[in-house]
Amino acid sequence: MISQKANNTLTVYALEARAQKLGLTKGQPLANARAMVQPLAIMGCDEKADAALLESIADWCDRFTPLVSLDAPDGLFLDITGAAHLFGGETAMLATVIGGIARQGLAVQGAIAGTSLAAHALARYAPATIVPPGGEAQAVAPLPITALECDDKALRALRHAGLKSVGMVAGRLHSELSERLGAGFVTRLKVMLGASGQPLQPHRALPDLMAEQRFAEPIVTEEMIAASLLQLAQHLSAILEREGRGARHLEAAFFRADGKVARIVVRMGEPLRDPKVMLRLLRQRLDALADPLDPGFGFDLIRLEALLAEETKPATISFDSNENARRQIGFLVDRLAARFGDARVQRFVPQDTHIPEAQSAAVPAQDSDFDRQHWSLKRLPGDPPRRPLRLLEKPEEISVPLSEVPDGPPVRFRWRRAQFDIARAEGPERIAMEWWRSRGLTRDYFRVETRDGQRFWLYRDGLYRTDGLAPRWYLQGLFA
Amino acid sequence: MEIVRISESGHWVNECACRTRGIDSFGAAGIIEHIMNKSAKLAKLHHSLARYGLPADRPPVPLGNAAVDDVLGGGLRPGALHEVFARGWSGGGFAVLLALLAAGTKPLFWVRPDYEAMEYGALSPGGLLELGGDPRQLVMVRTRGSPDALSAAGDILACPHVGALLLELEGAPKCLDLVASRRLVLAAEESGVTVVMLRAGAIPQPSAALTRWQVASAASSPLDDDWGNPVFDAQLVRHRLGGLGRFLLTWNPEHGCFTDSSKEGADSGAVAAAPANRPAYPQARRAV
Repeated sequence: MISQKANNTLTVYALEARAQKLGLTKGQPLANARAMVQPLAIMGCDEKADAALLESIADWCDRFTPLVSLDAPDGLFLDITGAAHLFGGETAMLATVIGGIARQGLAVQGAIAGTSLAAHALARYAPATIVPPGGEAQAVAPLPITALECDDKALRALRHAGLKSVGMVAGRLHSELSERLGAGFVTRLKVMLGASGQPLQPHRALPDLMAEQRFAEPIVTEEMIAASLLQLAQHLSAILEREGRGARHLEAAFFRADGKVARIVVRMGEPLRDPKVMLRLLRQRLDALADPLDPGFGFDLIRLEALLAEETKPATISFDSNENARRQIGFLVDRLAARFGDARVQRFVPQDTHIPEAQSAAVPAQDSDFDRQHWSLKRLPGDPPRRPLRLLEKPEEISVPLSEVPDGPPVRFRWRRAQFDIARAEGPERIAMEWWRSRGLTRDYFRVETRDGQRFWLYRDGLYRTDGLAPRWYLQGLFA
Repeated sequence: MEIVRISESGHWVNECACRTRGIDSFGAAGIIEHIMNKSAKLAKLHHSLARYGLPADRPPVPLGNAAVDDVLGGGLRPGALHEVFARGWSGGGFAVLLALLAAGTKPLFWVRPDYEAMEYGALSPGGLLELGGDPRQLVMVRTRGSPDALSAAGDILACPHVGALLLELEGAPKCLDLVASRRLVLAAEESGVTVVMLRAGAIPQPSAALTRWQVASAASSPLDDDWGNPVFDAQLVRHRLGGLGRFLLTWNPEHGCFTDSSKEGADSGAVAAAPANRPAYPQARRAV
């Protein structure tokens, strides 16, 4: 039995069949249950683990349809529109799904209906029902009113009115019901009766296009996996070709026979449809995985999805060498991103701010068109550089003994346990923080050069004040 | 690489000769042509043997300073590995500038392990712009460690459309041995991509690099009253194709090249003669 703390009391959250036989019920205060039955094996509930389990079951269910939706806390919706015939009809499919989940040691009930709420209620109160199209109202009619899953107040009101089944509630005028119980109740009732639909919230983003391959015998060897990946890539490429599109995000999902699903994602800088390139990128991603793909008892389904497919221009061989070079560089960036991760291959975009550390942002190199960015020069023509080549990740505090003039540059400073004597300095360049973003002190920047020509970018954080507290000094950048 | 290409073309020459012979049915003209072809082939073979192990002929990229370009034989050789050992905090900029020069208008790839950014600071595109580079041509590859950085370098060097690769490695990583540097050299020769390897906090080890520089920053020109262009004290300590030397180089961001510091100031930019029988790397001096 599992307990849960709700409203400051411990209540029964879930219980097994044997406990149910003893007369214990869900939602009962734990103290009452203890008084009725001794001894009880009680565990605290772990909602996070439950949610994770539901997620993983949803992942497993991905093999039946791409549209799986979570029905928290304990249900799943599978949209099997157009998928049932692949599994030998609705009856056989329901049996396959239920059997598959039950084999993993879970207690499971299921039903098939035209709308999500009808299926939800039937799965709980009349498992294994398969509702023929349009038969929802008839199928849910005999269910008890608890199947409506409305709140206690509404439930009490319905009982008062002598309504005992969903059918009886449905028999009342909708205007009456909405007057008494609110418009939301009627909407739910309509969905349950199949009179109106309710969209499902997919658990994973739906792919634009996909290709999949099922195996009667789970496959284990690397060669088999590679061969089937190539086949899938060719298949997907044919679809892409037909639609005049190319894949930007490619995902390969490996469904293990024991229910685990491994996914790898490759991103491309440009729409791609060459199956060989797809395969190469996928293999590189696979090779780069920290924990290699573990086939376990083998994969019984491999699916290749184009999560994002974009229009491509018809493939023409370009004789423009610049265009060719640009594409080759794009492929190189894709390859590197597949091997090391998208975030590790970067290019820079300028930002509209004058705070030195925020003036550029490193973004994944596959993202946008970088050639159109405009970078503006800080120095005047003919002047030496005014910004350092390298910026420390965080300005490091330096100890400065004394400045010659209060507002002047330091004469010497210590940084990283070394002493630097300043021979030349230029500044101050005053940079104030953006008051509308962050509150920071005004910085006075100095470019300084030591006797041996090492060049640093220092700043004084704030101004000298009359109260005698000296402002701090920081080193932020290194010049070339 | 060179040998293979020559033998391929040699094969082609042979075939040609046979065909001519067939038409002339062993006429004198055919035989003479055959012999001429053969001697041309031999001359080519001689040439390639003489250059065996040396980088392919590609026009060098001038650094701008006449003294350096003279010693380097016209400038920095593309499709080769150049090592820069930086001393101090500002010396590393030299490697960046070499890579900028080598890249020209093509993309510049900068590969560095994460540790480098923590120690030496992350690259600031604004700073690159100030030096005369173009941030738009820069692609940064951050790797977890040196082995990853080397394998990324391998990928990048396979693409001939890359302008230059700047590989920044700290200390002496185990994976960077003679084999690894030879591999880089071969890949660079094949594609013509220049590799500049920036080594900070390292002592030179035997490697397959074409040139090796020891660079420190130098005081900027006394003519500038407070702040001038970056100046480097660059010592060419190893050069497989020619002489060595020590140069004082000033970077001119406006023209995007190194100028001669000696012209500007009293400092002569003296070229100290390097010993002819230099060791591959300086032996550590031991106190007795």
